[in-house]
Amino acid sequence: MAGLAPGVQRRGWFRGRKWPFHLGLTATATIIAFPLLYAALIATQNNPEIFSFRTSPGTALRSNFEAVWVKRNFAGAMWNTVQMSFYVTAGKTVLSLLAGLAFVYFKFRAKWLVFFFVLVTLMMPTEVMILAMFRMVSGFGWQDTMTALVAPFLASATGAFLFRQHFANLPLELLEASQIDGATPIKFLTRVLIPISWNVIAALAVIQFVYTWNMFLWPSLIIRDEARQVVQVSLQTLTNIDGALTYGPLMLAAIIASIPPAIVFLLLQKRFMSGFAIGQEK
Amino acid sequence: MLIIGLVAAAILGPFYTWRNTDNPSASRFGIASAVAVAGAAVTPIAMGQCGFAAESTGVDHLFAYGLMAAGALLGLVALQALFDRADGKKRDTVAMTGEIRTGGYRMGWWVPWLLLSPTLIILLVFLYRPAVETFTLSTQLTRLGAPRSVDVCFSNFTEVLIDDPFKLVAYPLLAIAAIYGARFWVKRAAPGSLSRRGADLAAVGAMLSVFVALYAVFSPGGGGQVAYRPVYVNTVIISIGIVALGMVGGLAVAYLAFREIRGGTIYRTLLIWPYAISPAVAGVLFFMIFDPTAGVFTHVMDTWFGIDVPNYREHAVLAQGAIILASAWKILGYNILFYLAGLQTVPIDQIEAAVIDGASAWQRFTKIVLPALSPITFFLLVTNLTYAFFEVYATIDFMTKGAPAGKTSVAIYEIIRVGVNNGDLGRGAAQSVLLFIAVIGVTLWQFRTSGSRVSYGGA
Repeated sequence: MAGLAPGVQRRGWFRGRKWPFHLGLTATATIIAFPLLYAALIATQNNPEIFSFRTSPGTALRSNFEAVWVKRNFAGAMWNTVQMSFYVTAGKTVLSLLAGLAFVYFKFRAKWLVFFFVLVTLMMPTEVMILAMFRMVSGFGWQDTMTALVAPFLASATGAFLFRQHFANLPLELLEASQIDGATPIKFLTRVLIPISWNVIAALAVIQFVYTWNMFLWPSLIIRDEARQVVQVSLQTLTNIDGALTYGPLMLAAIIASIPPAIVFLLLQKRFMSGFAIGQEK
Repeated sequence: MLIIGLVAAAILGPFYTWRNTDNPSASRFGIASAVAVAGAAVTPIAMGQCGFAAESTGVDHLFAYGLMAAGALLGLVALQALFDRADGKKRDTVAMTGEIRTGGYRMGWWVPWLLLSPTLIILLVFLYRPAVETFTLSTQLTRLGAPRSVDVCFSNFTEVLIDDPFKLVAYPLLAIAAIYGARFWVKRAAPGSLSRRGADLAAVGAMLSVFVALYAVFSPGGGGQVAYRPVYVNTVIISIGIVALGMVGGLAVAYLAFREIRGGTIYRTLLIWPYAISPAVAGVLFFMIFDPTAGVFTHVMDTWFGIDVPNYREHAVLAQGAIILASAWKILGYNILFYLAGLQTVPIDQIEAAVIDGASAWQRFTKIVLPALSPITFFLLVTNLTYAFFEVYATIDFMTKGAPAGKTSVAIYEIIRVGVNNGDLGRGAAQSVLLFIAVIGVTLWQFRTSGSRVSYGGA
């Protein structure tokens, strides 16, 4: 893949009228946005307004919010998810950096074996061994703990290989200069490598943050205490408030649950794209 | 019966090495023979030869021999890698894992190990150990939370398959034969000829025959067997639906959006944001849209078109369609993102030449743009497939919970239903192993293809 961000365009291709493209893009963007816009509308309505298919904002936004945020303590679930996503993202980034450093700047026996050991995990998604992992982690006595949510996801082959590839493409002079200064590997990492790798770090961080924030299956199994649950699973309890199917609060909660990953994604979108270009380059 | 397998391994081991090694020698054949026997003996010893026990059936024997063959083959492949290293021959994997630069720190041997140790420990404890335990569990009858378990040999596997050992071997072999036959035909036929077109069609047909063979191999239920065939069918329909809709849609939107146009960055952001939405939230949003009483879809169909849409949760096709639509919508942003990047690598000079030659827009697209995008398409195929296998769980859990009558219960959903909700860990683990094999198959196919065929254009 070329290291061009999608914003960078090439001449010559685009000829002819432009308004059909504006029309097509606006239509497509609207269709894609429809489920969310519709949810935003429902989030402001109470059940009678929903059943009368009112197309203007309703009157129940405040009460829906109270039902979600206060009555069902969605704030607590949000905080749990923030912590989990932060720990996993930070931990995975650090461990991947260390692994990349070891792979690229050290010679050691059996390196190919270690590499293979990590490579093989690419074909081992957690989901196919989720029952054994559930039994094992329960056996550790980690049910309903943050450790159970974070520890299994701290390392990944993707991250280690991403940094290995990135470091391998950097000029060797960096290391030589650093060695002449007598810097230790950790100093080399923090003073030299990290400052020039922010794009790759940001790309990995966005992917990991969004991935962790959106995790559903593992928390739904290992966390049974509602007070310690993460938002994606907590949504399920909101289908029923005070004994009836309530649509408004559920839609509001779904929107609230999507705000943090959306912000992270939008803020780091540029870096994410250029980082991806580097990561994909072979 | 065990002896037959071991003798076969002792004879066929050297044969494998003879075919693959550059430097055949008596000692190498001896080692290969020993390794093959040892590899073949691993599973019978670990499982107490249960596949050959007095009460075992023909299908059990098949499994026992199959595992012996797999063990022997694994040992031989590893041995071959060692021989190649000794010969100084760099195979793909060795070239990939080898040194990527000459410089480096000269410090104590323990320093790189120290840097790698957190990663290796996490992978060992939370991936390798559960992987091994999944295989162990799959041969047991274990209840969730119960301390005791009973070894049941292969019965967790044999009960999801048809119980005719002959068909069990014949169907997959037929599919494999079809693939090799078609490949042979493709090789022989001259490019561009009519025969070549027939061969290409045959190759596609051979690929499809794998799906048919698997369909025939899984048990439809009845006679004490578990009906796994419906789960297989659901998984195939829903996965293919998500991948096809998500990728075709993604490419179409990206092709519309990648051109230089005022406000292009804003458009692109407005197209890819569903990447950040979770599968669970996608399920919630489409749960609302398709809700039979309050949803806009039913309402509009009724009031505008006078169509009385049945409750999608009670209608198999609608339920599967709703799951596919919700999941494809969520993955669309990801596909657009990658296709936008991929479209930057399309060779512009070829496009311009094609315009001058009077090629139509459709011809330009199929003859130049699509081939140039093939690496991205292939990459997305694998990631989308992974998504459709696993992440779809949350969407299904919110929208249909497997209803109606299990018609939206895909493999991962069934694993949780059997293993956690029914507390039947052994059966759930056996189904996990099936899914595991599918994932390994897809990944190996990816490694092989990306190693040989896919070329990264540009850059």
